[in-house]
Amino acid sequence: MSGDHTSSLISARVRHVEALLERRGVLGDGEIDRRIDEFLAGGSPANGARIAARAWVDPGFAERLLTDANDAIGEVGLSMAGGLQEQRLKVVANTADEHNVVVCTLCSCYPIALLGPSPGWYKSEAYRSRVVRDPRGVLRDLGFELPEGTRISVWDASAESRYMVVPRRPAGTGRLSEEQLAGLVTRKGLIGTAVV
Amino acid sequence: MTDLAPGVRVRTRTIDPEGHTRLPRYARGAIGVLVEQAGAHPLADDRARGRGGAAQPVWHVRFAAADLFGSGDHTVTVELWADYLTPIEEDA
Repeated sequence: MSGDHTSSLISARVRHVEALLERRGVLGDGEIDRRIDEFLAGGSPANGARIAARAWVDPGFAERLLTDANDAIGEVGLSMAGGLQEQRLKVVANTADEHNVVVCTLCSCYPIALLGPSPGWYKSEAYRSRVVRDPRGVLRDLGFELPEGTRISVWDASAESRYMVVPRRPAGTGRLSEEQLAGLVTRKGLIGTAVV
Repeated sequence: MTDLAPGVRVRTRTIDPEGHTRLPRYARGAIGVLVEQAGAHPLADDRARGRGGAAQPVWHVRFAAADLFGSGDHTVTVELWADYLTPIEEDA
């Protein structure tokens, strides 16, 4: 399993290439940092929350979201094309029978545009190695016990897609507006490590 | 040979390559079912070695936890390049 790369050969090589490109004028001073900042700027769990709330109030949107998420999130003004290339988005929805939870066992792949930077525990080796083996135990340790009959589906972001979970809509929220509903959705809920 | 398509059962590669791969160790040599294609991309193993290559299909492959770890009633869906997968010929 991969861990810290800061002192690795590849990091040294990247820093060297970056310095060369800057010296030759291909890259402006600090351009990479600025591009990273720009990429991160729009990313926030509020985006994922808006998607989940729309899916709760609009069954047609929910269906389009689960079929082709990249296309559907355009309806709420969001996109997965903020980086160098558009990333494929796979959205899965929790139901009474099935609970979904997302992990990246190989590194820390995460839908930054929709959820912001990932939390520390998501990148921890403890979470990454354990949630594929014992998701029920991990969820219990994180404070929520799934009913015995609920099936658990773990999604490992091992390639190019990014994943988001639509949590179940809480009971007794029938009168809330879409905006109020979005306010109930948490980052953990969108990863599948908490209920909303 | 059976084509890769949703519902097809596949066995994953067993070898432990030197260097980068995106076939997680826990999912090697395991039998799973193709769920849905997840686009097409050049093989990450090649790109990490500085080699280009044509895009190939990437699949969501679902495994029963019991088949991977010997216990558990959940499933794990892993995203795997076609190169890692061999379809299992079903008896007619």
